[in-house]
Amino acid sequence: MLPRSQLALLGALAGIALVSFFSGSYDPYFLDVAVSCGINITLAVSLNLINGYTGQFSLGHAGFMGVGAYVAAMLTTAASATLLPLLGGQQWLLFAVALLAGGLGAALAGFIVGVPSLRLKGDYLAIVTLGFGEIIRVVLQNIDAVGGPRGLIGIPAYANLLWAFGLAAIAVYVVWTMVNSTYGRGFIAVADDEIAAEAMGINTTRYKITAFLVGAFFAGLAGGVYAHFKQYIAPQGFGFDRSIEIVVMVILGGMGNTTGVIAAAILLTVLGEWLRQFGDFRMILYSLLIIVLMILRPQGLFTWSLPRRKAS
Amino acid sequence: MTELLQQLINGLALGAIYALIALGYTMVYGVLRFINFAHSDIFMVGAFSGYYLARAVPQASVMAGVFVLLGSMAICALLGVIIEKLAYRPLRGRSTLTALITAIGVSLLLQNLGQRIFGANPKSFPTLFPQHYFQFDSGLVIASNQILVFVVTLVLLFALRHIVLNTRIGTAMRALSFNPTAASLVGVNNDRVISFTFALGSALAAAGGILYASNYPSIDPLMGTLPGLKAFVAAVLGGIGNIAGAAVGGLVLGLVETTVVALGGSTYRDAVAFAVLILILLLRPNGLLGKRQAEKV
Repeated sequence: MLPRSQLALLGALAGIALVSFFSGSYDPYFLDVAVSCGINITLAVSLNLINGYTGQFSLGHAGFMGVGAYVAAMLTTAASATLLPLLGGQQWLLFAVALLAGGLGAALAGFIVGVPSLRLKGDYLAIVTLGFGEIIRVVLQNIDAVGGPRGLIGIPAYANLLWAFGLAAIAVYVVWTMVNSTYGRGFIAVADDEIAAEAMGINTTRYKITAFLVGAFFAGLAGGVYAHFKQYIAPQGFGFDRSIEIVVMVILGGMGNTTGVIAAAILLTVLGEWLRQFGDFRMILYSLLIIVLMILRPQGLFTWSLPRRKAS
Repeated sequence: MTELLQQLINGLALGAIYALIALGYTMVYGVLRFINFAHSDIFMVGAFSGYYLARAVPQASVMAGVFVLLGSMAICALLGVIIEKLAYRPLRGRSTLTALITAIGVSLLLQNLGQRIFGANPKSFPTLFPQHYFQFDSGLVIASNQILVFVVTLVLLFALRHIVLNTRIGTAMRALSFNPTAASLVGVNNDRVISFTFALGSALAAAGGILYASNYPSIDPLMGTLPGLKAFVAAVLGGIGNIAGAAVGGLVLGLVETTVVALGGSTYRDAVAFAVLILILLLRPNGLLGKRQAEKV
């Protein structure tokens, strides 16, 4: 008998496979929104590990996503001629390898960002991660081999509903089981009180770097799926605005509340689409909504108990 | 040598504008301990108010220029106070993260309202002040606009210094920054002081916006984002919450940026600002002029 969380993962994967088996008969617009939901869930849940559970504040998640998207896309476009025969001509295998490489590339970037996080906290950390995100964007813009500011076109359409939601399910499973394990309580301890955690013998350094590594890895995977779904990526798509979008999902869902974050990711993706009918007013309404929600429900839309106040 | 001097002047002029914007970030951080992301969009509104005010006055005269500058500073001061009252005051005493997200919301709101009201296309900013170029025999060129930037920045810096150090409200600001609870216990009206801080910071952002638009005369509703981010970098660079630090940080950043452009790396200029920031924070986590604070347990 498998543990319950693994059963849930298998069940979710089976359900997703079943639903996406019929994806040919779905409305293409609906499919587009659904896949975006899946990608955003992965991004938000992985950021939640860094910002929510571990209490760090990263504003550069889109940068990790960009690294993953570019690495994966390069493998399936420029390098596909040499890679595909090696993998027996199996496209899904090539895609899986490309995704994994993208995730590892992003994890490396996450490690590089994670190291300064040892010395910085709060606003300073936020601005450094923001800076790293922007540096990644500018560097991508300056590499001509990946299209520079024009972006990368002609990426094969390997991703679909199954990939997007399969990845989301795995991300949720990994983050959920990780923070709910004995080992994972360390993340929450770091978030609650770093000094106390350290005094209790928790290796805060290792936990913080692990959070950045795992979070960035999944962001990279999500970026790979995104690239192979939209079939076009450009550096501007992985800038500050995108990072903010993901942060808003985490905060509205409730920091360190995986269920809430999933709900918020879906809600905000669908809301963004629904608001399109208002044309020019879409972003005005979106921003007003953020302000009003923050004033009315600062603990997150889906967190019902107020957080304990820290003694200062 | 001339080349070096020229870059030095260009860098200082750019840095002075960053410094003006950075002051607003730093002052708000000083009293409320949160990053006012909407500040960069107040900078944008400042430039646009200048654009519309300039229609009412003759071009290229000093008096008209001063009128436009003061007018848009007043408009933005008012805007800053309104934003603080509506969006940030209800959040007082909550976590800074909440305030941060709200500020991002306000920033998005201003950008999109700007696109709706001013139009999304770039507009060319009128010549406010008389233009003149001083040519030197060595080939060095100093634009009157660059001198103007210096003069305005210096005047505003000294005015600010006077307000913070020598007036009642300035004393109250420092008290609030030191300890809000204790400040209100000794009779400081915290709400009023915070409103005043926002007015002051926003007015400085507006001045920065006008000067920036005079030097780079193409304005659009999203123009604030990058200068705003860099000004914030400048504030952190100098040690956030520290007024002299913001000025120093702005100048350093301006110099570094023009040096990179002069060395042929103009496409990397945006990345360099952040690279410098990361380096400085790793070496001196509290910024150049920031004080190290002992951690309370």
